[in-house]
Amino acid sequence: MMTFAGFKDSFLWYSFKRDKIAIISLLVLVLLVMVAVFAPLVAPYDPYDPEMIDIMNSEIPPVWEDGGEKAFVLGTDSQGRDMLSTMIYGMRVSLIIGFGAVALQAILGVFIGLFAGYHGGFLDSFFMRAADVQLSFSYLMVAIFMSAILQAIVGVARFGEIAVPFLILVIGFSQWPQYARTVRASVLAERNKEYVEAARVAGFPSAQIIIKQIFPNTLSPILVLSTIQVANAVMSEAALSFLGLGMPIDRPSLGSLINSGFEFIFSGAWWITALPGLLLVILVLSINMLGDFLRDVFNPKLYKG
Amino acid sequence: MIAFMIRRITQALIVIIIISIIGFAIKQSVGDPLRELMGISVSMEEREEFREKLGLNDPWYVQYGRFLGNAVKGDLGTSMFYKRPATEVILEKAPATLELVFVSSLIIIFLSVPLGIFSAIKPNSLLSRLLMGGSIVGVSIPVFLTAIMMVYVFSIKLGWLPSYGRGEVVMIGGWGTGLLTVDGWKHIIMPSIALSSIMLPLFIRLIRSEMMEVLESEYIKYAWAKGINKKRVWFVHAFKNTLLPVITVGGVQLGVTIAFTILTETVFQWQGLGFMFMEAVERSDAPLLVAYLMFVGIVMVGVNTIVDMIYGLVNPTVRIAGVK
Amino acid sequence: MSTLLEVKDLVIKFALRTGEVTATNGVSFTLQKGERLGLVGESGAGKSVTGFSIINLISKPGYIASGEVDFQGENLAKVSDERMRSLRGNRISMIFQDPMMTLNPVLTIGTQMTETLHQHNPGMSQDEARNIALEKLRKVYIPSPEKRLAQFPHEFSGGMRQRIIIAIALLTDPELIIADEPTTALDVTIQAEIMELLMELCETDDMGLILITHDLAVVGQVTQNIAVMYAGSIVEKGATSQVISDPQHPYTQGLIAALPQSSRQGERLNQIPGMMPTLKDIPPGCSFNPRCAHVMDVCKIEVPQLRVGKNGNLVACYLYPLKKEQR
Repeated sequence: MMTFAGFKDSFLWYSFKRDKIAIISLLVLVLLVMVAVFAPLVAPYDPYDPEMIDIMNSEIPPVWEDGGEKAFVLGTDSQGRDMLSTMIYGMRVSLIIGFGAVALQAILGVFIGLFAGYHGGFLDSFFMRAADVQLSFSYLMVAIFMSAILQAIVGVARFGEIAVPFLILVIGFSQWPQYARTVRASVLAERNKEYVEAARVAGFPSAQIIIKQIFPNTLSPILVLSTIQVANAVMSEAALSFLGLGMPIDRPSLGSLINSGFEFIFSGAWWITALPGLLLVILVLSINMLGDFLRDVFNPKLYKG
Repeated sequence: MIAFMIRRITQALIVIIIISIIGFAIKQSVGDPLRELMGISVSMEEREEFREKLGLNDPWYVQYGRFLGNAVKGDLGTSMFYKRPATEVILEKAPATLELVFVSSLIIIFLSVPLGIFSAIKPNSLLSRLLMGGSIVGVSIPVFLTAIMMVYVFSIKLGWLPSYGRGEVVMIGGWGTGLLTVDGWKHIIMPSIALSSIMLPLFIRLIRSEMMEVLESEYIKYAWAKGINKKRVWFVHAFKNTLLPVITVGGVQLGVTIAFTILTETVFQWQGLGFMFMEAVERSDAPLLVAYLMFVGIVMVGVNTIVDMIYGLVNPTVRIAGVK
Repeated sequence: MSTLLEVKDLVIKFALRTGEVTATNGVSFTLQKGERLGLVGESGAGKSVTGFSIINLISKPGYIASGEVDFQGENLAKVSDERMRSLRGNRISMIFQDPMMTLNPVLTIGTQMTETLHQHNPGMSQDEARNIALEKLRKVYIPSPEKRLAQFPHEFSGGMRQRIIIAIALLTDPELIIADEPTTALDVTIQAEIMELLMELCETDDMGLILITHDLAVVGQVTQNIAVMYAGSIVEKGATSQVISDPQHPYTQGLIAALPQSSRQGERLNQIPGMMPTLKDIPPGCSFNPRCAHVMDVCKIEVPQLRVGKNGNLVACYLYPLKKEQR
């Protein structure tokens, strides 16, 4: 097992070294994640601090445009917040929700996929039917509905306070079927192999067989899927926030920034929408490129859709 | 085939019942029907009397039964904002959304099939590489961002296309169509392109990868060995096999497309279901929310069932399994 | 008898990312009209690649680096794609290894048969094509062929499918059939049936057959001549009975000795020590030298030419002297 893993690692490394796009994507992604993690140190202003915001500074264009000011390199938004700082904090929120949601759906999906796939029977068909129904609605639809209903129940004001954990929950829950399907497919492929049979005959408890024998075989599809799902989760969060069902504007994510800037493009203040949009695209693109690279290397059978 | 169809329709009905339960649960938890009907200046006794009269004190399964019974008759309650039956509002708004989805689907089908096939049979050509590079960028740009950028460039900067609304709508029976006027087409161009902007690259990639897999298969090599010409091998032998997984995914992706209509319609203030849904959310219009959920659910389940049947028609293996 | 096919010094290479690999290293053989030749060897010996190279259908990244495939006066290694296509499935038919994978799952048997006829006979009517298809299906003993034409491949068993594939191969009355391990994927009981059918059809229609297999028993049953391949080269050629009863090359000897025989019941089967080298690390000189019991110094330096062995077989081995005219 170890040597096999070692070989895979080295093959991964070998392919990675030769793939310029993958290298650049990883560098960009690492840079963005670092900036997000160290946002308080990197950002020139604190967009959450009302003391630092002056409404008189609103809608200042980026420094290279007419009327730009050196104090605000990328300009300011409609409330007078520094765009660069707001975007950095926005990306931080987007990434927290993205990674959180993927962690949640991975735990849910892997758990369900492993046990449903291994035991089969009623549980299996129940969860797979549920996954079917949810998938046919699409993860985005499910997330939009859940947010809309919950917002209607708790009210917009209270919703703002619990937005981050809530979005993690909504996006995580809306995407578990992809994991469950992918993991289950690997489990079904492994379940009837002889080494599993041997372990079963030897009397190992099924939980141990699942965790020690089968789970390691599902890791490479999980890795590939997780990469793509982080991109999807970030996109979903952006979509929800754009619709006003996600992060409130006083604690914006990239999506809510784009949303808040939308009305101002008609007056020519394109940067309030375009700059966070660009950052979002770069973030998602670098993750997707890495995902593509990993998919080519591992070539797993992912559930399509 | 008939057994297969019956099984598939039964499944669809079960799913619709599950959706109705969710819808019912939403209706129970969002908004207070009494306040809508009577205002707040009503005494407790009158309230209680009214609750009893409306059956709001019945056990939940009785209420659900009533809800389901009404739903079957097409009655999904009265919209609090429009003060009209929710079904009526839905039917009035549906044509706008369906036309948008229709035009986008045309764009997706007529571009993704030839481009996907091309990039599969000529994987090393410049166009294929551009397509692959472009498609991953396309997948990474959110629909609403594409929409906003288009509005900025084509409406605000160039002034070529209108930035919102459906334009001139012609009524045909109960169906308000924008596809019969030049103005209507002008208005639908940007929304439909925006709506297809993520699905299109996704489908190009899907068709390409499926087709490439099929082209590697033994039966394609055998077709070459029989001396069959390229066109027939590509478009009959290979493409027919590529179609099966693409149809399945197509059905699943329709759900995503409908979710995207909410985003697209919000940007373009397109007076369809998605726009109506977001308004209903803002106004906590529970009956309309539930009606939308039910409508989308039925459309989704219906389309998936039809897709499965088409799959059954294209795939001989399923066809025979159904006969037995 | 006249020559149908002559393969001369065929070198096939694979352009891998890590460098080029030679799959066959100067393979030569001739096939007379109506002759049945067995191409025998272990998997990886280059026999399938040789078979596919005749109709120029080597899977990428393989290609013919040098050599000729002379078919009725044409060098198939050099003809245009369009010309090659018009010969494939028309004058040279191919039978693939696994009948479960060979037929297109979404097309009916009828379509897959008549399309071949229409492709090679543009003016042929639908009825005519159908009649020929029916005739060929009867020839391979498919019961009620009229009904069968409308069915899909998954409605047939493996043995039936291989019969249909043979029928497809016969459609255009080809001069040559190349069969790549046609029975390997089938049950043992059906294997003999299919082989017999193939032999019978070749005999009655005077068709040439190149039978690619690792199974010496199958070859012995069907073919007149044998070419034994090892690591990309032919090491021994001759009449089937001669090669099997009196093998000359040490590799062939080992191969024959490894067969179970009723006369030696209860004994251990012989085996050749070591393994065939992979294409990447073929040793210099005779590629068999590391495993050969009779290895000499010269074997490690230069590749031996084919020479006449004791019983008339052609053998690539220094154990046998080169005749004067060969020098």
